Amino acid sequence: MLSLHLILFLAFGAVCVAGAVNLLAQTHPINSALSLIAVMAALAGEYLLLGAEFVAAVQVIVYAGAIMVLFVFTIMLLNAGVEEHTKGSRVAIVIGVPGLLIGSVLLAWVVLHRSGTEAVAMGALPGDPRTIGQLLFHDFLLPFEVTSVLILIAIMGAVVLASKPEAIQKRKEH
Amino acid sequence: MVPLSYYLVLSGILFACGVAGFLIKRNIITIFMSIELMLNGVNLSFVAFAVHWHALAGQIFVFFVMVVAAAEAAVGLAIIIAVYRTRETLNVDQVNLLKL
Repeated sequence: MLSLHLILFLAFGAVCVAGAVNLLAQTHPINSALSLIAVMAALAGEYLLLGAEFVAAVQVIVYAGAIMVLFVFTIMLLNAGVEEHTKGSRVAIVIGVPGLLIGSVLLAWVVLHRSGTEAVAMGALPGDPRTIGQLLFHDFLLPFEVTSVLILIAIMGAVVLASKPEAIQKRKEH
Repeated sequence: MVPLSYYLVLSGILFACGVAGFLIKRNIITIFMSIELMLNGVNLSFVAFAVHWHALAGQIFVFFVMVVAAAEAAVGLAIIIAVYRTRETLNVDQVNLLKL
């Protein structure tokens, strides 16, 4: 019997898989980027079904918002065109796609048959901002602080790597 | 009620699509997007297991994965811009020398 939870799971899952397959099928990077945004939005719906509301919000804001805007801007900046296929990539398609299909079907078969029938209830574990914040700033305080150092290094690395070589040269002369 | 295995299968499908994109695609930006797809597939299994084992730490790990993905995207796209500036191509088959 189809419950509402299962129907919603299947709907969001279908959007996810369709977006992921479309990412592979499209040849222009901007189309791939837009289908990836669709995948991420549908995944946010899956997180809501699991009760992880804060993760869903962050998924939309950070992943579908910030990171994908960065991608779209880079595609625009570099004026990326349609990709051309070479001999190597055709070999990868001929060997890789059937291999991956067989691999994922085997994996799905094993997961579906070996695991029991324990069901995940809708919103069984509420991940509201209060509990998430308490956990993040008590038990995971050290990893959280280390992450801020990582972000700082990433910002500096991005600025240094993306700046023009002539600009660095000019700064040295002054 | 949805069995845990359904979530794991969906996460596996997304990861497999990411691997396929990483191997098939020849545009360096699309390859990078495939990596993001793989990270998203892993995040889904993290959240599903968090609910299954009643451990909220699984959801915290998703945030750390997102932070690392954001840092990786910023640095990676900067590297892509630097590569494009020196080689004027985004095709990975033409980027086969460490030194120009």
